[in-house]
Amino acid sequence: MADRFAPGDRVRTRIADPPHHTRLPRYARGAHGEVVGTAGHHPLADERARGLASAPRAVYHVRFRAADLFGEGDHAVVLELWEDYLEPTGEETRP
Amino acid sequence: MSATHDDAPVAARVRHVEALLEQRGWLAPGEIDERIDAFAAGGSPAHGAAITARAWVDPGFRARLLADANTAIGELGYSMAGGLQEQQLTVVANSEDEHHVVVCTLCSCYPIALLGPSPGWYRSEAYRSRVVREPRAVLRDFGVELPATTRITVWDASAESRYMVLPRRPDATEGLDETALAGLVTRKGLIGTAVV
Repeated sequence: MADRFAPGDRVRTRIADPPHHTRLPRYARGAHGEVVGTAGHHPLADERARGLASAPRAVYHVRFRAADLFGEGDHAVVLELWEDYLEPTGEETRP
Repeated sequence: MSATHDDAPVAARVRHVEALLEQRGWLAPGEIDERIDAFAAGGSPAHGAAITARAWVDPGFRARLLADANTAIGELGYSMAGGLQEQQLTVVANSEDEHHVVVCTLCSCYPIALLGPSPGWYRSEAYRSRVVREPRAVLRDFGVELPATTRITVWDASAESRYMVLPRRPDATEGLDETALAGLVTRKGLIGTAVV
């Protein structure tokens, strides 16, 4: 299956709070960011942690402005996120 | 692992599970400790320092390191394949404009093969929770005062990659050879909580 995202894409993280292990940290839920790199294909940690079969899928480096995560701060945070955690925002790529 | 948290309730649970697995013959006595020792064996900040010094003296290596770190560190005889599966390594380079710092907010992911076992503060809740939120203040606590114009990027190791910071080469080191340069590189410099 083709990767759903590419560097430059604007994405929003899922907001759901799953009742199981996940690698989308709480502080980055429902946040807008930009895909800045690819990080290979790996089975989803959420499924592996529950003993479920999990096919490798794309993982991305996603850059967030601190202000978009915490409402303040002038730094950036890059998280490594499975594509399952991401939705397209439909925005144009920022210049 | 339990050696540093002997009193924690989780340590008692781990010992109990370990004992059950040994009783059933699924684990040899001491096997877990042996596996942990084998995983950490040979890991040392000296490896990260050697990689850094090579990147400082060899622009071609630096470019390869930033583009594909797993392949580039093989040129120096290092590998990220010591665990159950090869870990992806991403090296991020500090510059005059941008300073990088590494954390694992969810647990304590760390490039053990290149830096050895992680320091206690790296695994502390205080560091893990604060550095994503207020890195400039945390760096100040480490004695690092960056110019206001220097952007800070925090890398949270939330999936399969491990990260290493490539520090800036200090001024007035043109006369030093690669070995002497490696001697300047600190573990904190490779995590991003110090400048070199």
